[in-house]
Amino acid sequence: MSKSAKFAGLSLVAAAALFAATAAPSVAQHKVAAHDAGKSAGKSAGKLGVGRVALPEEVAAWDTDVRPDGKGLPPGKGTAKQGDEIFQAQCASCHGEFGQGVGRWPVLAGGLGTLKAERPDKTVGSYWPDVSTVYDYIQRAMPFGNARSLSHDELYAVVAYILMMNDVIKDENFELNAKNLATIKLPNADNFFDDDREVSEKAFWKKEPCMKNCKAEAPKVLGRAANVDVTPDEKSGPKVD
Amino acid sequence: MTENMSTDALSRRRFLRAAGLAGAGAALVARPGIAGEAPKPDPLITEVQDWQRYLGDGVDKHPYGSPSKFEKHVVRRDVPWLTADAQSSVNFTPLHDLDGIITPSGVCFERHHGGIAEINPADHRLMINGLVEKPLVFTMEDIKRMPRVNKIYFLECAANSGMEWRGAQLNGCQFTHGMIHNVMYTGVPLKLLLEEAGVKPNAKWLMMEGGDASGMNRSLPLSKGLDDVLIAFAMNGEALRPEQGYPLRAVIPGWEGNLWVKWLRRIEVGDEPWQAREETSKYTDLLADGRARRFTFIMDAKSVVTNPSPQAPLKHKGRNVLTGVAWSGRGTVKRVDVSMDGGRNWQTARIDGPVLDKSMVRFYVDFDWNGQELMIQSRAMDSTGYVQPTKAELRKVRGVNSIYHNNGIQTWLVHSNGEAENVEIS
Repeated sequence: MSKSAKFAGLSLVAAAALFAATAAPSVAQHKVAAHDAGKSAGKSAGKLGVGRVALPEEVAAWDTDVRPDGKGLPPGKGTAKQGDEIFQAQCASCHGEFGQGVGRWPVLAGGLGTLKAERPDKTVGSYWPDVSTVYDYIQRAMPFGNARSLSHDELYAVVAYILMMNDVIKDENFELNAKNLATIKLPNADNFFDDDREVSEKAFWKKEPCMKNCKAEAPKVLGRAANVDVTPDEKSGPKVD
Repeated sequence: MTENMSTDALSRRRFLRAAGLAGAGAALVARPGIAGEAPKPDPLITEVQDWQRYLGDGVDKHPYGSPSKFEKHVVRRDVPWLTADAQSSVNFTPLHDLDGIITPSGVCFERHHGGIAEINPADHRLMINGLVEKPLVFTMEDIKRMPRVNKIYFLECAANSGMEWRGAQLNGCQFTHGMIHNVMYTGVPLKLLLEEAGVKPNAKWLMMEGGDASGMNRSLPLSKGLDDVLIAFAMNGEALRPEQGYPLRAVIPGWEGNLWVKWLRRIEVGDEPWQAREETSKYTDLLADGRARRFTFIMDAKSVVTNPSPQAPLKHKGRNVLTGVAWSGRGTVKRVDVSMDGGRNWQTARIDGPVLDKSMVRFYVDFDWNGQELMIQSRAMDSTGYVQPTKAELRKVRGVNSIYHNNGIQTWLVHSNGEAENVEIS
């Protein structure tokens, strides 16, 4: 750090201290807030007087979440047919043309009726409870590596295509929009329930567990990680310098 | 790591040469004082060593220090086959190489869904909106002007030990139990931030949202937010590491790691949960009957013996230290029992160091080992009377497809040569 930079830093601190000591808190609050926003903004309502009121444009820019009841859905529309085209261009390289997944990338369609199977196939169609989540998640996080790049209409269209791949909608010209998205029910919607461990696992609250002669016979080895042999080699660890 | 290996090999040869056949730590079978051979003096003592003669680095050499070069093996490791890419993936804390209860920041496990966001704190904003009297925007400077607290909590990934549901898979507590860290956070109680905005009477839920490319969002009950949730900007006395959410993260004590949203940019107040992807598709626990639990927030009592373990074999007969960590999202750890015979008989371990709410504790059993085979287990009990279950007990209730929340008792089989392996036993 140069001497002048050091000096500038010190004088800033000194100025801030002086300002805090002499200015009324409300004035200080207002100045800081105005500086942060780059424009004038209201004062905080709270007792500490910290932070400033968020402007409607700012809330609109960040509050894009969508709930199962449709709250938060933006205006827009799209069909599965339109979505097919977008999906092939933007999504299929990872998720496959029909949502079947490429390599180890997530499978989006199929698997209906497999949740009790030895190896369940959990997809939008077989597992997800709400269509709103599909819209919300793609909007905030997809395509992977280029998030927040799809328009509202493109999002409705892609969601429609995913619903069609899962046989939730049948007509490729069905128009998905802000009004009807939340009315569409997914097959597994009713199979979720809130955490019930304190009831269903009540037996684990044993208080006084067995300490002596707890098993009649000497334990036997039933399985060994060494047999599976998928542990990364210690010697292949990351290089650290 | 070749450099490490050669260094290790070199020091081992040197040590063996130096210690002759009498090397106490050379090998299990080597015993000091072989009959008829006079003990030879240790040249590490009788000869002047380089570090005793020549000057070392000056104080201007390391403005921000690193661990000793002899500790290069103490690193986070990942399991490449677990995930499709490295950006939405996880790595593991080297639990077997740590002691005490504080995880060093540089080896705290990482879990990202869109890689590590690089955010200049001057550019970071936190918004609170929704069912509030006034939606607010805070800068980092604003947040640092609010009353702050210091708290030590564990953060455990909901998927910690998740690869072990169907049986023993990975050899090493780093891999089976290393999606956890325990650090001191400095931050502002969320309650204070919510009070600034003024929560409306019909509010029941909160949503945390990250500013990274995954836009991580999770719903949690308002009651938790008003209880002990922190908005943290520091860990272990310094700013958060980038991989831990720099400059701002949520701290949700006792609850699954996914809720601890990093690069926190927004908190929305609402009257019902959002059913985001990370609480529907992910972080819901599929049971054998095809139904799934949701909002399984709390991490139950759990423990693991870190030494001995597959990455930390026993090297000496005679006196040894068994150690491990225990934690509970429901309160404090009251007791840890350890079995050496696969759960037939148990002894209560010695807990040493701070015992704090929703924090790791460190336990020890000082014991003598004569080369017999051991089946080592640990069993944590918490302040609610909950006793860590066996894996069989868990599977009986949940099946093997719930992915998350595996807090079953771990077994290490220690062979007569001191090597340990991850096993499942009857």
